[in-house]
Amino acid sequence: MLKGWKERVTGTDLVMWLIAAAILGVVLAGSVATLWSGRYEGRHWFDFIVFGLAQGSIYALIAMGYTMVYGVLRMINFAHSEVFMSGPYTAYYVAAAFYQSGFLESHPFLCMVVVFLVSMATSTLIAYLLERIAYRPLRNAPRLIPLITAIGASFFLQYMFRGFYGPGFQAYPVIKALEGPWTFWGLRILKYQVLVIVAAALFMYALYAFIQRTRVGKAIRAVSEDKEASYLMGIDVDKMISTTFIIGGAAAGAAGVLYAIMFKQVHFFMGFIPGIKAFTAAVLGGIGNIPGAMLGGIFLGIIESIGPSLFLDGLGIVAPYQLKDAIAFIMLVLVLIFRPTGIMGERVAVKKA
Amino acid sequence: MTGVFTLWKHGVKTGLLGGLITVLLSLMGMVQAFSERQIVSGVFSMDQALLAVAVVFVGYLAAKRTTSTTPLWVVINSLTCGFVTAGMIMLLLVIGDLINLRAVFINASPVLYQLLSFGHGFESAPLLFVAYPLCSLFAGILYLLPAALRRMFTASLTCVIGAGILQDLLRPTLAAWGSLAEAAEWIFTANGLTEQGASALFLVISVVTLVWSLKGKAVRTGYKRLPPSGQKTLRWSGIAALLVVLFILPQILGIFLSEVLTIVGLYVLLGLGLNIVVGYAGLLDLGYVAFFAIGAYATAILTSPELGFFSLSFWEALPFAVLLGVVFGVLLGIPVLKMRGDYLAIATLGFGEIIRIMVLSDFLRPWLGGAQGIGKIPKASIAGFEFGMPQEIYYLILAGCFLVIFISLRLKDSRLGRAWKAMREDEDVAQAMGINLVATKLLAFGTGAAFSALSGAIFATKLTSVYPHSMNVMISINILCVIIVGGMGSIPGVIVGAAALVGLPELLREFAEYRLLVYGLALVVMMLVRPEGLWPEAVRRREFHEEEVDENNGATAKASS
Repeated sequence: MLKGWKERVTGTDLVMWLIAAAILGVVLAGSVATLWSGRYEGRHWFDFIVFGLAQGSIYALIAMGYTMVYGVLRMINFAHSEVFMSGPYTAYYVAAAFYQSGFLESHPFLCMVVVFLVSMATSTLIAYLLERIAYRPLRNAPRLIPLITAIGASFFLQYMFRGFYGPGFQAYPVIKALEGPWTFWGLRILKYQVLVIVAAALFMYALYAFIQRTRVGKAIRAVSEDKEASYLMGIDVDKMISTTFIIGGAAAGAAGVLYAIMFKQVHFFMGFIPGIKAFTAAVLGGIGNIPGAMLGGIFLGIIESIGPSLFLDGLGIVAPYQLKDAIAFIMLVLVLIFRPTGIMGERVAVKKA
Repeated sequence: MTGVFTLWKHGVKTGLLGGLITVLLSLMGMVQAFSERQIVSGVFSMDQALLAVAVVFVGYLAAKRTTSTTPLWVVINSLTCGFVTAGMIMLLLVIGDLINLRAVFINASPVLYQLLSFGHGFESAPLLFVAYPLCSLFAGILYLLPAALRRMFTASLTCVIGAGILQDLLRPTLAAWGSLAEAAEWIFTANGLTEQGASALFLVISVVTLVWSLKGKAVRTGYKRLPPSGQKTLRWSGIAALLVVLFILPQILGIFLSEVLTIVGLYVLLGLGLNIVVGYAGLLDLGYVAFFAIGAYATAILTSPELGFFSLSFWEALPFAVLLGVVFGVLLGIPVLKMRGDYLAIATLGFGEIIRIMVLSDFLRPWLGGAQGIGKIPKASIAGFEFGMPQEIYYLILAGCFLVIFISLRLKDSRLGRAWKAMREDEDVAQAMGINLVATKLLAFGTGAAFSALSGAIFATKLTSVYPHSMNVMISINILCVIIVGGMGSIPGVIVGAAALVGLPELLREFAEYRLLVYGLALVVMMLVRPEGLWPEAVRRREFHEEEVDENNGATAKASS
């Protein structure tokens, strides 16, 4: 079996193995050195993981949109990050109005529901219009064309919202009820992190149930399986594609408010980085695969949160936290190189991407 | 009843679209920002032009979509469209009067309402229902006119609007030419065209386009009838004239416009490099700025006394910078060899961001300067002549452009170039035809990276400093826009694209905040309307044309059956 390996292994394979070995080496050496030095205690690691879980569940919610759209259209909806941004940025004005009138303090729960609804409605509207205006006419175009359109739409939307709301950062109002920590068995958890994790889990469950249990969900799954066959089965394919964008938009809008609660500010450019990371999450889980996107998001969030301390601190790298985005991008590239079907295995093959 | 409604429903629909567009333009602040500039001084301002163009566009769309062929219905549809659009603007005015929109939309100011309602609030607002339908009626009539007349109107109106927008540029340039200065004074005022200038320009361009539409064919066939040697001399004399113009251009244009030209030139360099990767080889690379950064940083590290590693001169550092670009191009190319299409795009985007984050980090600061960048990069000089001023750097960039254009031209139809194009059309088939995909792809990445690194090196010596912030993903997107708007795979297309997307915004600096908005819009509209670009490569033009022919055939086939 080992005979003839010389013929099968090419130069490029060797380079790839070298890259993989080098990265593995850095990760292992860094982790061992960090753990050896004992700079962080269990409490720190717990904080990192909870933060990573909260961040990761937001990525997971955004990743659902990427993955579902990829499922039905086989395209990367580059503008999904702007769908994500539009919701919380618009809902900010509602939240700010509630805050000024004192309503937010007296009825925090009701206010949050309204803010979520506004954000989800905006994101949904943007996602729907995006599909109708920019993507639908290109259904049968060569593959590069919708991707380039998506990039263009992404910039257009960013600067449209910049034109609407101005170029500055807006600080999201602080909700008093979510300030401070809870303590369970001696472990402190920040309240807003709990809210983010629980809310994201609920949204994800609702979405998953919708896709798995309802007739519409079934139709969407059929369309992502085989467009022509589902058309012949009497499914309105265009309508299902629109519905997919709407659901993805709603998830992104919800994720946006959670993001705003966590990082406490909104900006017209806020979608770019979470968008790419959510895409990474979708690829990690195997693009087109909904549970995969959830797992991928959470995995990425945790790696990103503990990575700088675990892998890089031990190597004596200055300010490792600055490299946290680089870790996410390296993960993205590595997954694309070594396992483009994702950690969950594949459902949608990348035959002619 | 419903039958009649289907006849004018497109008017209502496009009118709603027009209303959406005009309201968006207003709320995004474009109307207000454009109101400062005049097209025809005191008569027609740029914001009015913007809104009028939008209304004419939707009016034309309404006319085109009309299901009935009777001219009356076409006119009714376009008129309806104008009325609906005006109604939407009126709605915005009413809402703006009732509630304070400004709490949310920062641009919904009283000034905007004044502009939209022609200056006198609700008193003059009914004018909306005259002006907008007039614009859309014009569009409808335009649609009904024969093609030659339609071309005449669009060309001359575009020229008048263009001349009005560019008066900052044209007036001083013309003024420098002695006798032309008087003509310039007659045509231009300090802000926009004069009335007589605008009408004269309109007339002249109309006559020229009319004559061309009548005689153009004869000229073209005349050129084709010339013997090949005659065609060749004509073409070469044209190129020689162009070269002379390019050579003396900075002397005519002055310092500011030369600066704009250098920026355009840098983008031409970058665009030609990406054109090889995306246009020829079909590999969508969104991390292209990484090689630009590598070229710039390599030059900085090798030359700058601030870090004190090498202190070479620019010319000594240049080959190393380009070589380093090639090495990185190949190194980053190897991992993505097996990826296609959108996965490749995302992976390269990831590479670009990784490099930017690395450069920005404190970790590599001793070598790369961190967020402060590297300064004190020496200027390039040949035999005591230093490339310092924009007018001088222009020649450096021009030389670079010539070199790169020459290489691109020679590569285009070479064996390698044909292999790239084969790969672009279908990788599997190309491989089956015996093309070594690994080598071909890596050569594409390497060549593209070399051009980009060259551009980066010139950029570094032009600014005499490099910062990580000038190496962000926007640059990659800008370059991609340049080659897509110009026409993928086409060398003149890249130049046209760079001039349109980089030169024009530099000239309209006061609207800089709308630059990326317009880029995004340009990408979407180009992909929807003209995916082959402004100046497409011959093969692609044929490809897209072929589809149209097929569609026509299909339509006739359907009609006959």
